[in-house]
Amino acid sequence: MAIKVEVSTQDEITVVAVTGEVDGGSAPGLQAQILPLLQQEGTLILDLGGVPYMSSAGLRILLLLYRQAVSRNGRVALAGLEETIKDTMAVTGFLKFFTVVDSVEQALTTLKQA
Amino acid sequence: MPGGVNFAICSRHATSCTLVLFEKGAPAPLAEIPFPDSFRVGNTWCMVVFDIDYERIEYGYRMDGPWDPAAGHRFDSSKILLDPYAKAIGGREVWGEPPDWNDPYPHRGRLIFEDFDWEDDRPLEKPLEDLVIYELHTRSFTRHPSAEVKHPGTYAGLMTKIPYLKELGVNCIELMPIFEFDKFENSRPNPVTGETMYNCWGYSTVGFFAPKTGYAATGPFGMQVDELKNLVKELHRNGIEVMLDVVFNHTAEGNEQGPTLSFRGIDNQTYYMLTPEGYYFNFSGCGNTLNCNNPVVRMMVLDCLRYWAAEYHIDGFRFDLAFILGRDPWGTPLPNPPLLESLAFDPILAKCKLIAEAWDAGGLYQVGSFPAYGRWAEWNGKYRDDIRRFLKGDEGMVPVLAECVQSSPDLYGWNKQGPTASINFITCHDGFTLYDQFAYNDKHNEANGEQNRDGGNDNHSWNCGVEGEMDDPEVNTLRKRMIKNALAILLMSHGVPMILMGDEVGRTQRGNNNIYCHDNDLNWLDWTLLERNADLFNFTRQMIALRKIHPLLRARDFFGIGPTQADIIWHGTQAWNADWSPGSRALAFMLRECQAGQAGNTSPVL
Repeated sequence: MAIKVEVSTQDEITVVAVTGEVDGGSAPGLQAQILPLLQQEGTLILDLGGVPYMSSAGLRILLLLYRQAVSRNGRVALAGLEETIKDTMAVTGFLKFFTVVDSVEQALTTLKQA
Repeated sequence: MPGGVNFAICSRHATSCTLVLFEKGAPAPLAEIPFPDSFRVGNTWCMVVFDIDYERIEYGYRMDGPWDPAAGHRFDSSKILLDPYAKAIGGREVWGEPPDWNDPYPHRGRLIFEDFDWEDDRPLEKPLEDLVIYELHTRSFTRHPSAEVKHPGTYAGLMTKIPYLKELGVNCIELMPIFEFDKFENSRPNPVTGETMYNCWGYSTVGFFAPKTGYAATGPFGMQVDELKNLVKELHRNGIEVMLDVVFNHTAEGNEQGPTLSFRGIDNQTYYMLTPEGYYFNFSGCGNTLNCNNPVVRMMVLDCLRYWAAEYHIDGFRFDLAFILGRDPWGTPLPNPPLLESLAFDPILAKCKLIAEAWDAGGLYQVGSFPAYGRWAEWNGKYRDDIRRFLKGDEGMVPVLAECVQSSPDLYGWNKQGPTASINFITCHDGFTLYDQFAYNDKHNEANGEQNRDGGNDNHSWNCGVEGEMDDPEVNTLRKRMIKNALAILLMSHGVPMILMGDEVGRTQRGNNNIYCHDNDLNWLDWTLLERNADLFNFTRQMIALRKIHPLLRARDFFGIGPTQADIIWHGTQAWNADWSPGSRALAFMLRECQAGQAGNTSPVL
């Protein structure tokens, strides 16, 4: 499953926009692309508005990102989470690790306030 | 091994073994890889396989070996077998979805991620004497539409009801079986109603290391492990312990007519107790008996409990028909059962509560004489029967009641374990609810399709004058008073109280005392009762609160035996004058704190 990753910087915060389904097949590639971005910056915004489906393997990348971010005193904001994914994350306890927002703009505002 | 999965399985009598891999849900295998003989160590085959996508693979084994039932061997290489240690099991992802009966591999081993973030959670390790246990069925607790939860009948649904449990004041929930089982095991139409009857309670294990997938809202996404762990974590955060009802006495494979899912095909002679002719001993009443005191099986049981304690932070275990765990491979009760001893002294399980249902279907009834090693508590079946008989007004019950409220020193005084040896209960999943206890003289089990023959007959119940539910306010008032009497005795008794789900709001099973097969409102908790019987709920809540603020009710020693924290002083209808005669039906007591051997503060509590 092809997956597209676009990286940009907005207000000095790294924003990663992901498009495509994240499953066991696409997750390792995605992880390899995103993790290095946390090497410099502890804080990251993931725009997941283009992700209609994310399997357990995908959620585990998010968990890994969260742990890396915490170790750098940073945070991970998730923008545009699809409802089913959000619900799965809530039920399994993943959701509360993240700053959950509707859009990248909202993420920027929230992260700056913190 | 980075990037690889180590598949390992043991069998004493198999001659060869093949790893079978499936794409998730596929009818036919993706690959079959025979274990080369050089990969066998002793009786164990192991092999690391690389490039496996955890989420897309299901795995099983084929075992070759003799088909010789008289010698105890039932190998059949046409069967694909579930790993007894599988951490997650597919095939029944959604509760109630009819299975494909032609599936060559109905219960499928799956791989799991073990990266759940527990943060600072750990088992609560509350003193046993402080517990108020609440027994519940995960699905039935929130399945009724009136529960009004987003994910009815699931771990997630239960999680949203934590505030209710907190308000009630219970600090431990005991979950009826949550190991993977098959709802469709022995499913059949009800001859009376035509409704399908299921294995709804799950006292029949398919896999001992895997949570019931159909109880997880996220089961279809393969995240049942995380969902259950999150439930435990949230309960702990709210000061509530989690105990599991575990069924090690038999498995879902039944007798020689049952399906071959796992153990039978892996090493029948090791896993099951067999007669000299090779048939299955049936001490469980469920077709077969797990051979718990074979060292390989014993190790599996120990591994299993350690896994749940360490990986799921489970606080304790209640063992269904526990006395089977004390029988040798030929069924004879052992004087010093190695499994029970191992569990009692295990360093990983050291702080876990261990509770035995101290009887089995083979006729052994060991309440009070279960080999406890100072560690095992018991469901006190005698307390249940005695309190029921006292409440319905049987003669001669006052002296018996006195033993019960003191945590049955007549049963447990000898073993130095103290009052916490006794888990006190008046009702549990087997039998009437507390409401039905005072609404029915007789069981009404027609809906179970066995002409009312199933279920116990010694209910010691009293219908308060009319059989069944009715509108007479006088009868209903009496019933409520009887329920309150029962709850008051239970929560003021020395020992550890256990309440059955819904008894605090007057739940009914319409006189059925054996509802294991009903996935309907006989099992489901009707949450509108909370409003209708608010007085019962408040009474229960207040009695629990009272218990919590009076340490004397939870004293570690029996009253009045040797150096002790408290004395118990008996009264009758007149102060200082208890009436112990057969016709007496009233007893009161006062607990008085002792200080340095002298009578000190008095603290009358009942």
